[in-house]
Amino acid sequence: MDVELLKPLPVPTPVSLPFWEGLAEGKVRLQKCDACRTWVFYPRSRCSCCLSDQLRWRDVSGRGTLYTFTIARQPTSPHFASDTPQLLAVVELEEGVRLTTNLVHVAEADIRVGMRVKACFERVSPDITLLKFQPA
Amino acid sequence: MGLRGEAAIVGVAEYPHRRKYDGPRMFMLEQWAALARNALDDAGLEAREIDGLVCSDIRESGMFVPATVVEYLGQPVNFAERIDLGGATAVGMIWRAAAAIELGICEVVVCALPALPIPSNPTPQPLNPMVFFQSSSPNWGSPQAEFDIPYGNLAQNCGYAMIAQRYAAQYGYDAEAMAKLVVDQRASAAINPNAAFFGRPVTCEDVLASKMIADPLHMLEIVMPVAGGGAVIVASKEVAARCKHRPAWVTGFGEHLTIKTPTYARDMCVTPVGPASEQAFAMAGLTPDLVNAAEIYDCYTITVLLTLEDAGFCAKGEGMRFIRENDLTWRGNFPVNTHGGQLGMGQAGAAGGMTQVVEATRQVMGRCEQRQVAGCDAVYVSGTGGVMSEQSALILQGG
Ligand SMILES: [Zn+2]
Repeated sequence: MDVELLKPLPVPTPVSLPFWEGLAEGKVRLQKCDACRTWVFYPRSRCSCCLSDQLRWRDVSGRGTLYTFTIARQPTSPHFASDTPQLLAVVELEEGVRLTTNLVHVAEADIRVGMRVKACFERVSPDITLLKFQPA
Repeated sequence: MGLRGEAAIVGVAEYPHRRKYDGPRMFMLEQWAALARNALDDAGLEAREIDGLVCSDIRESGMFVPATVVEYLGQPVNFAERIDLGGATAVGMIWRAAAAIELGICEVVVCALPALPIPSNPTPQPLNPMVFFQSSSPNWGSPQAEFDIPYGNLAQNCGYAMIAQRYAAQYGYDAEAMAKLVVDQRASAAINPNAAFFGRPVTCEDVLASKMIADPLHMLEIVMPVAGGGAVIVASKEVAARCKHRPAWVTGFGEHLTIKTPTYARDMCVTPVGPASEQAFAMAGLTPDLVNAAEIYDCYTITVLLTLEDAGFCAKGEGMRFIRENDLTWRGNFPVNTHGGQLGMGQAGAAGGMTQVVEATRQVMGRCEQRQVAGCDAVYVSGTGGVMSEQSALILQGG
């Protein structure tokens, strides 16, 4: 593939916008359900536990543990060819929700499931900051 | 709850699975018609006897697929379904067909999943960017587009690799056991002329020396894309009685869906095939130790490992030991994927799961020749769609 492909970036929706605005300010924000106290991720219009619409945004610490990871030695799509090997990860935040992310500032050999990680913010366009994680 | 076991698979058709296909190219509608005719011939039925149809996507049309297929075949039906369950589609087709037959609304249902290359379009088409994202939707508003694709979590390899890595952390990991699973299945594929790896067994060393694609998955633990496809006829008890072969009765099924992306699974290592299999065994009145073979959906080695555990063939965390201690080849004490599985057949897209259904049927019918499991009366089949996100189970029995 000769063509340099632009990386696919998220396009916030009216419901998810506060999450992305938070990342742009260096803050991790999650929704919590006022009806059943469940933390919700990804952002939704209804609670993924009780379907209530009483969801409120809260700032959280952005700390958590590494639930799992892989090192993709072949790009998962041509857009990521320049990032090989990709450090793909699932992080479990202190609030219990899990999210897809990438690990940064870590050597391959030092990655361990269960290791403590903290959020870091990678501005990839004027509007979008991605949520990545590094060892805490 | 469930089926009475009064519908059976009575005929099968399968294209040889080939990495480099050199036969005539056909549209999917054309393949549908050819597969339907072949499966009917196999059963000993006439085209006009078709009164039900289960399909999935076809390349020629994005909507109205059942009506388009019905029209092309020229056979009106009382029952038509389009299934969107990825690799669980084939199993999903069979139980829906059996249920419709037991409801009395149809008697002869064709289920086909064509997957040969279609003719090249004389009108050049612009490259569709969707092809890069495969099973992840890049559309605005799709959770995958917003929270997974931007981090590179797309297609299948990395999702399965992350499940395997989590499994390793929770239960331990034995790369040689996973390699042995491939070796056993490739031994069965080596004597199956329809398999892409016919005549090509491998060793544990080959598997472990193959390229690391996404840790801990090696290339030979991942299915190879091929051309292929298959079809079956599901029929009523009355029709089955006058067909050519011993019917493979559909006595139990289950289906369970939890997530699209495993990031959001409650526990990545506890998979939907558990509840699906539990229901299937209960419906059939069987337990896992009573089946003679297991045709387990095998897009990756980790898929088979977790299915062995969650379907109840061994305890959680014991799968690696189970693979090491049992001979899983067609001649083994616990035959798994006697056709070679998709790791041995190659994966013909979403038709991959049909190979497991076709093989289970042939085993029950006693038509597997050199790889026939002796006295095969009950076979377990599983289907897996997405990344362990939608799974199905089926029990086929002789009788
Ligand atoms: Zn709630």
